Amino acid sequence: MSTHTSDNVGVVTPTVFNYQLPFTLQNGEALQGFDLVYETYGELNATASNAILICHALSGHHHAAGYHDNTDTKPGWWDNCIGPGKAMDTDQFFIVSVNNLGGCHGSTGPESIDPSTQEPFGPEFPQVVVKDWVASQALLADHLNIERFLAVIGGSLGGMQALQWSIDFPERVDNAVLIATAAKLTAQNIAFNEIARQAITSDPDYRAGRYRLEDTNPDHGLMLARMIGHVTYLSDDGMASRFGRELKSGDIDKDEDVEFQVESYLHHQGRSFTQRFDANTYLLMTRALDYFDPARDTDDDLVAAFQDARARFLVMSFTSDWRFSPERSKEIVDALIAAGKDVAATVIDSEHGHDSFLLPIQRYTSALNAYLHHALSRATEPRKT
Amino acid sequence: MRPDLELVAKLIQPNARVLDLGCGDGELLHNLQRAKAVIGYGLDKDAENIRLCLTKGVNVVEQDLDDGLGNFQDDSFDMVIMTETIQSVHNPQRLLQEMLRVGRECVVTFPNFGHWRCRLNLAASGKMPVSVHLPHRWYDTPNIHLCTFNDFEALCADLDVPILQRRVVNQRHKERSLINLAPNLLGSYGFYHLGRTS
Repeated sequence: MSTHTSDNVGVVTPTVFNYQLPFTLQNGEALQGFDLVYETYGELNATASNAILICHALSGHHHAAGYHDNTDTKPGWWDNCIGPGKAMDTDQFFIVSVNNLGGCHGSTGPESIDPSTQEPFGPEFPQVVVKDWVASQALLADHLNIERFLAVIGGSLGGMQALQWSIDFPERVDNAVLIATAAKLTAQNIAFNEIARQAITSDPDYRAGRYRLEDTNPDHGLMLARMIGHVTYLSDDGMASRFGRELKSGDIDKDEDVEFQVESYLHHQGRSFTQRFDANTYLLMTRALDYFDPARDTDDDLVAAFQDARARFLVMSFTSDWRFSPERSKEIVDALIAAGKDVAATVIDSEHGHDSFLLPIQRYTSALNAYLHHALSRATEPRKT
Repeated sequence: MRPDLELVAKLIQPNARVLDLGCGDGELLHNLQRAKAVIGYGLDKDAENIRLCLTKGVNVVEQDLDDGLGNFQDDSFDMVIMTETIQSVHNPQRLLQEMLRVGRECVVTFPNFGHWRCRLNLAASGKMPVSVHLPHRWYDTPNIHLCTFNDFEALCADLDVPILQRRVVNQRHKERSLINLAPNLLGSYGFYHLGRTS
């Protein structure tokens, strides 16, 4: 399979940003410096006015587009939307995609060595929150000489980061694109995260988070966590049309053990997840999701939380997404309008649930593309609207 | 800009907060943003219209007017605009009241079903009128609440909504003094600037 076709960014190589000063987190703890691994696609223009920051979701990482080498069978996680001529057009934009602190794909996280003990942090890695991610991403922007981003874009947990950017760095974000996200999780959403966490921590191989030191891995718990998560990212109709009641093996009429296609799919998803994801990172990321609530600082008033934001906003959601439903996006939009901010919002018809934001849905990608192209023309000709 | 939108634009003060219901491709808001620096939002439910608004940088929000305006606070807009849309909503009366709850003033424009061509058409053929301006047949029309100027003014009176200004134009959206002799018979489109009861 050729990876160098005209519709993708080809082979990309990640870079590591090494920050060497102490970095104080929201909970008061400090990291003695950190690494952030990131990728870039496209070229930064002469005025540095075409930079877009991509923020990843719960199980994401920096590898959003293209391939790491010619033998890769799958491109980066947002390759449907990033590339030449795509919604985030790499012929026009310079795109930065970063693996967050606490991650498990090269940035400093639970698997990294704690300089004070010379052992992996494991469960001792401090609880980072969305605000910490945004602060660390801003340091990366400084390093890349990006004074302001044309857009900060994210789906799900990534959308929360884009939202936080607009509040924490109003002068550094022209546009915040919030996709399939929420200003805070509902009780139901937190509940699913807690089930996932319990699946991991109740696995005997979890060993109170010190599984690396004891040479085990809570594969079973992590697999269950991913399976429950995965179901919530799909919709009933979407699963029905994809799997139906098809059997992978066995025959019910012959009284055999059977495996439904959907079971086989979930087992595969769960198992492959244990190969590429760290359990402590999963716990940390789900808690960051649960804790996110930018209106907590303003007496639960989201309108007040947005008061100082300067960005223009695009808020997108998907009809069948029940984990981050269109109603949650509507809450954001209503607050932005009440705060007098520029905001556009669409609700895209899709049967693919929360995962829709990763898919090449025509209406979704063309709306994103239209919005970003106008944003770029505005940035390069500031007198026009 | 469409002539009827020019009329609407003249009523908008600089820096006003404006809500445009059924904003279409965003032409009015785009012009108002540039010419008067308004803080404007448009509501529409058509995918292509929304995309066109995004290409212009218009604040378009995907929302079905039949779901009401419950998500907007009282007095949150200086002007609420609805051009050639009232005839296609399920509950024009409730929407009109909602418009004057969220905005201090509003502008409503709509085609006049009392125009002599409609009357003649119905009288002569015995069928619902179909014309260039109302091209749909009775069973496939989105225009489920067509009305005449007299009907609309009667509704405003029932709701105790003062008509601050009425302008009547012909098929080409031009004002002609002759029309005012018998507006409900000669006018093609009505333009109503409405306020609140003081």
